[in-house]
Amino acid sequence: MVLFAALALLGAVFNSYLISLLTIVFLFAFIGQSWSLMLGLGGQLSIGHALFVGIGAYSVAVLDIKYGLSPWLGLLVGSAIAGAVGAALAWLSFRFEVRGIYFGLLTIAAAEFARVMFSGWEFVGGMQGLFFPAQSGESSLLMLRGGARFYYFVALGAVAIGVGVTALIRKSFLGYVWRAMRDDEDASRALGVRTFLHKVLVVSISGAWAAVGGGLLALVQGSIFPDSIMGMGISIDVLIGPIVGGLGTAFGPLIGALIIIPLDHLMSAFSDSIGIPGLNNVAYGIVLIAVVWFLPDGVWPALIGRFRSQKRLPSIRSQIVQTQEVRQ
Amino acid sequence: MALLWANVVISGVLIGLVYGLIALGLTIIFGVIRVVNFAHGAMVVFGLYVGYCTGLWWGMPTILAALLAGVLMFGVGYCLESAVVTRFVTRPHHVQFILFIGISLLFTGIQLIWFGPDPRPSVSQLSFETISLRGIRIDLARLQAACATTVLILALAAFLKYSLFGRYIRAAADNRLGGLIVGIPIPKIYAITFGIGTACAGFAGALISPLFDAQPYLAVDFTLLAFVTVIVGGLGSFVGALIGGLTIGVTEAVAALLFAPSMKTALSYALLIVVLILRPKGFFGAKEV
Repeated sequence: MVLFAALALLGAVFNSYLISLLTIVFLFAFIGQSWSLMLGLGGQLSIGHALFVGIGAYSVAVLDIKYGLSPWLGLLVGSAIAGAVGAALAWLSFRFEVRGIYFGLLTIAAAEFARVMFSGWEFVGGMQGLFFPAQSGESSLLMLRGGARFYYFVALGAVAIGVGVTALIRKSFLGYVWRAMRDDEDASRALGVRTFLHKVLVVSISGAWAAVGGGLLALVQGSIFPDSIMGMGISIDVLIGPIVGGLGTAFGPLIGALIIIPLDHLMSAFSDSIGIPGLNNVAYGIVLIAVVWFLPDGVWPALIGRFRSQKRLPSIRSQIVQTQEVRQ
Repeated sequence: MALLWANVVISGVLIGLVYGLIALGLTIIFGVIRVVNFAHGAMVVFGLYVGYCTGLWWGMPTILAALLAGVLMFGVGYCLESAVVTRFVTRPHHVQFILFIGISLLFTGIQLIWFGPDPRPSVSQLSFETISLRGIRIDLARLQAACATTVLILALAAFLKYSLFGRYIRAAADNRLGGLIVGIPIPKIYAITFGIGTACAGFAGALISPLFDAQPYLAVDFTLLAFVTVIVGGLGSFVGALIGGLTIGVTEAVAALLFAPSMKTALSYALLIVVLILRPKGFFGAKEV
């Protein structure tokens, strides 16, 4: 809460570079939350989230540019389509027992297939992409148009809602059911959880959520191309944040995006300034390897653990050991 | 018309064999160590650069360059596994994914620093030579790549089947714990297996260097290609990788003929989705995941 209030206040004073950088950070954090929901709570690995991001972006762009409709409608339509696509994909694969890494590979295939299809589809601009008309300069909440600062607050609002919703879901009935399903699918099914339904549900919700983020991303960028909005790069960027920050936690995706994206920008700028392309890739690669090496659960749980180490409850394992000792 | 089709199918089969070898590297690593090497494409690109450099500096024939790339990549793979990957064998898939994305970025970054982002066309004269057989024109580079690939695949199959290390590797794939109990040096076997897998990628990359301009950003394309191939054939299956490679090679060639060349990848992805849904483990999928 304090963090968001501070970020909102800072939004009024930051310069335009920081504003646009943080807008992108918030949007990727928002999309990352959807990804984190799917794997961190639902236990389903997606490596093709660009599919949902792209659907959302194209829905907003097509309805706005071709028909002049409000982006709000585009966001709604986009998330409905992405939800349906997610449900269909999940339904098909879980029906045939495609699980784990195989499901992840299927999501890559679906995203790449969609990307190639959109590249060849003239109605949505093909490889040339779609461009939003130039801004009139007036901010309008109804049409979601405005300057960089306007989008900063929109993105901040989205990520705040995302944190809230994640926290709510974690504590709700669904959150417990999903975590049970994630930890042991067969056992939870034996306890009466309809795991098939819940798996389809979590993929669908995650897809719809990511599509909203994709639609906002399209508005902020002002133009979309199939290779950039549906490419493998987006899928990777989406999932790095939550893993670095802390999978399945409410704040993890935001913290991860706050660390990773500015770092990437800084290193790109540095590598450009000294004229060695590729230096940023090397540094980024090393950072990723270091994070999964030293912080297996991500940054946020490590931070929390440091603060709460005194009052942490004894782990289940130590409790079991204790009861065994008592029995003996 | 029949001649045109024969031409297309043959060139598809020839390149398909090379795809098969790339996929073979991936599938051996997955079958034994149970990690998915998302940096495979970057290793193929490494092979491309070896082919490019040796041709440019020493005028080395492609075959020798491929052998050199294979040996180099074996060393890299061996060191990489025993230093880094081995710590991640028991970790969840998404963590391994990030690890390999990191490794892939590292490779791409080093290639970028060294060669820059521009495509480097091969200097090999082989790129332009063809032979004609009853009206069927065959790229010499493709033919050579296919032959060399076939020889290597046969050698690899014999190695796995008859040699002591080959038996160790198959035993480790079958039952890790059982292997440990009877005294097989599993960590060493894992490192060798990873080395063999990456060597396949390097070898194949150098072989196709007359056909593809070397460029760091090709890594993603080759990784995806290897995945499509492996999944169509069945992750973890030796024969499946070859069948998958041939299928994808021919599919791409036919798609480029029937539709637009840009549609060729779309058709392989469509094929992949159908295969995944109908036969989730591929044509020859391993029983145990």
